[in-house]
Amino acid sequence: MAQQQTTNYYVPAQSYWPIVGAIGLLFIAIGAGTTVQQIGSEASSGSWMLTIGIVIIIAMMFGWFNDVIVESDKGLYSAQMDRSFRQGMSWFIFSEVMFFAAFFGALFYVRTIAIPWLGGASNNVMTGQILWPDFEAVWPLVTTPAGDTTTAMGWQGLPLANTIILLTSSITLHIAHKGLEENNRKKLTALLAITVLLGVAFLVLQAEEYVEAYRHMGLTLSAGVYGNTFFLLTGFHGMHVTIGTIMLFVMLWRVLKGHFTPERHFAFQATSWYWHFVDVVWLGLFFFVYIL
Amino acid sequence: MNTASATQDEHEIEHDHKPKGLMRWVLTTNHKDIGSLYLMFSFLMFLVGGAMAMVIRAELYQPGLQIVEPNFFNQMTTVHGLIMVFGAVMPAFTGLANWLIPMMIGAPDMALPRMNNWSFWILPMAFSILLASLFMEGGGPNFGWTFYAPLSTTYSPDSTALFVFAVHIMGISSILGAINVVVTIVNMRAPGMTYMKMPLFVWTWLITAFLLIAVMPVLAATVTMVLTDKYFGTSFFAAAGGGDPVLFQHIFWFFGHPEVYIMILPSFGIISAIIPAFSRKKLFGYSSMVYATASIALLSFLVWAHHMFTTGMPVAAELFFMYCTMLISVPTGVKVFNWVATMWRGSLTFETPMLFAIAFIVLFTIGGFSGLMLAITPVDFQYHDTYFVVAHFHYVLVTGAIFSIMAACYYWLPKWTGHMYDERLGKMHFWASVISVNVLFFPMHFLGLAGMPRRVPDYALQFADFNQLVSIGGFAFGLSQLIFLVVLIKCARGGKKAPAKPWEGSEGLEWNMPSPAPYHSHTTPPEIK
Ligand code: HEM
Ligand SMILES: [Cu+2]
Repeated sequence: MAQQQTTNYYVPAQSYWPIVGAIGLLFIAIGAGTTVQQIGSEASSGSWMLTIGIVIIIAMMFGWFNDVIVESDKGLYSAQMDRSFRQGMSWFIFSEVMFFAAFFGALFYVRTIAIPWLGGASNNVMTGQILWPDFEAVWPLVTTPAGDTTTAMGWQGLPLANTIILLTSSITLHIAHKGLEENNRKKLTALLAITVLLGVAFLVLQAEEYVEAYRHMGLTLSAGVYGNTFFLLTGFHGMHVTIGTIMLFVMLWRVLKGHFTPERHFAFQATSWYWHFVDVVWLGLFFFVYIL
Repeated sequence: MNTASATQDEHEIEHDHKPKGLMRWVLTTNHKDIGSLYLMFSFLMFLVGGAMAMVIRAELYQPGLQIVEPNFFNQMTTVHGLIMVFGAVMPAFTGLANWLIPMMIGAPDMALPRMNNWSFWILPMAFSILLASLFMEGGGPNFGWTFYAPLSTTYSPDSTALFVFAVHIMGISSILGAINVVVTIVNMRAPGMTYMKMPLFVWTWLITAFLLIAVMPVLAATVTMVLTDKYFGTSFFAAAGGGDPVLFQHIFWFFGHPEVYIMILPSFGIISAIIPAFSRKKLFGYSSMVYATASIALLSFLVWAHHMFTTGMPVAAELFFMYCTMLISVPTGVKVFNWVATMWRGSLTFETPMLFAIAFIVLFTIGGFSGLMLAITPVDFQYHDTYFVVAHFHYVLVTGAIFSIMAACYYWLPKWTGHMYDERLGKMHFWASVISVNVLFFPMHFLGLAGMPRRVPDYALQFADFNQLVSIGGFAFGLSQLIFLVVLIKCARGGKKAPAKPWEGSEGLEWNMPSPAPYHSHTTPPEIK
């Protein structure tokens, strides 16, 4: 570890933000739980608490990140601190990968094990015959054992367009990053702006796809396990794209304010990692949810 | 090393002005403060979860329903399990990690100190929600700590949504805490502290943190699917919609089995520090310990379905999971061998930490053996869901994980508080615990073999005598922990002054610091030989 500079690691003094964040999460957890319990009733205390929680968390993020920016501008951070941030972000993304992996695992299990078994495969011949003799074990599962029907979403059209949009956005973001490293602010600003727009475009098309699914295709969240996996996977992905787009937007705003140098731009780097990760997840989705 | 501790003392004078009052604890970014918070929270949860265990054992003292309703009984077993796993054992290890890792690797603090504070303060929030849900209409979670579908979906109480979000934020806390540990170990070691010079406690925590980051998100996904199945009409775990309740078990145990190793790997690190110290010998087979820990962690991803032998998996799967499970006992055996070999011909003394460590080796091994029995598919068909399983996991978790945590407290208390604990009370605590814990859990093996199912408030008459014995052991074990509370309070408030290195045979950077350890650890990196 001889190459690692270990002296002068900056240990921040006391901070209000973590406890604010913990209280924010308390509100979010109670609020979200209560909201779910209040589905179908007039009461709205849950959504109020949830909103308060989200506002607190957003305030915390502004305050906390602002402290970090100020400290960084004061030159309090060393190269070692920068490594801490980068490693922390990488591990966070790894945890996100595992979150999606669980849903993909559920998808694979349902497709390769649960549905064939319901159709009588393996040692389940009698189960199939006695419980649901008419059940057809196919994927996409357009008719559930209980008899609910739906339609499958094709991969052409909106999903394909969205694939192209996200792939392009990863490239534009990469070029923007190059621009930052070359200190070419024009290139940086322009391509980052394009990336934000592509992110928004993706979200708009995704929303259109959902509307189409709900209005015309009978494909809903509760439409059997095909709809379940479809909406949970694309939904959580869409949530991540939303967060990623907001992050990119904040980066754009900071770039316009003159933040970041070719050497020091951890926040930009982290956002770009996050965006590439979201992109890769989409590729997995495109193959396993839409095409195959 | 002398130069290092001299500079340490100078810095102590400069830096040792601790903030005062309650807000010190709320706003702190100091790894020692946060470590203490984690440990105190964990002890509080240990008492709360313990009180629930007392309710369970009181009800089971006699056959028939005496004290509580069956539904409340189920809430007690469920919340007891959740609290002990997520509120007592895991935070205790995180607290130890916070206190010890920066001192052991020569770092000034944890890598991300503000995030460290956040990780801690999420926990009281999560457990307040969980405990509050017990008082809601319809009651709290009653589906077992494993919340199998459809118990947690079709048949669960209305408060399940709160359970789900409480688990979500407790998961956020664990993931952030684990990220902090990994980054600290990878990035903050003093120059010269190579990986293979790290104390085993640091090694085992590095691997534990990796497991945490890998599987806590899977738990988050599981509770999310439970939420949508219950409230949003999905059918991940319902056959009528094309799903499968067994899918729940696969995903849960993909998290759950690594989780049980999360609760034992740091213990291995603790025992590997204490046994050499009181044997006055170097640890036997340091590098084999490292490799054994890593292989246990990797294998732990391949054995989850040993909890599901009776679900009707194809024979090939049953065999695969049986053999992989048995394979894990090989590296575990290596560890036990190394500890015993370390004691072999050492100059042993038996202070309280050593007593707990030796009890750990013996009793954890019993738990390992019963695990091995459960791993044999055909016999698990008989043992599954009986008290035999309850006996197994309490041997590995109580006399394993919790004994190691107690050993760690006794071992490092002088460093934390600057005072020696009361050795006489410590020994009393040990003997009371070790005898009662066996009265409590050993007869459970026989109850299970004779066919008593787990998670029942009432049982057939022939189990009455053993259950009475078990309950008496339980009450005794619960009371014995009050001695521990007294020891801790006494030691925090005063006692014989502890020297920098109270244990003759102990090794590691933390023993070069004065006792109590200065508020800020190595503000300049120490020199590593
Ligand atoms: C030699 C190592 C081990 C083996 C072979 C083993 C094997 C098993 C098996 C086969 C089961 C399932 C029994 C059933 O439900 O029918 C089981 C349950 C369990 N084991 Fe282990 N185990 C080992 C070590 C551990 C350790 C180190 C821990 C935790 C520190 C642990 C904690 C548990 C828990 C909590 C359960 C019960 C989960 C539940 O159903 O509530 N085991 N073990
Ligand atoms: Cu297991």
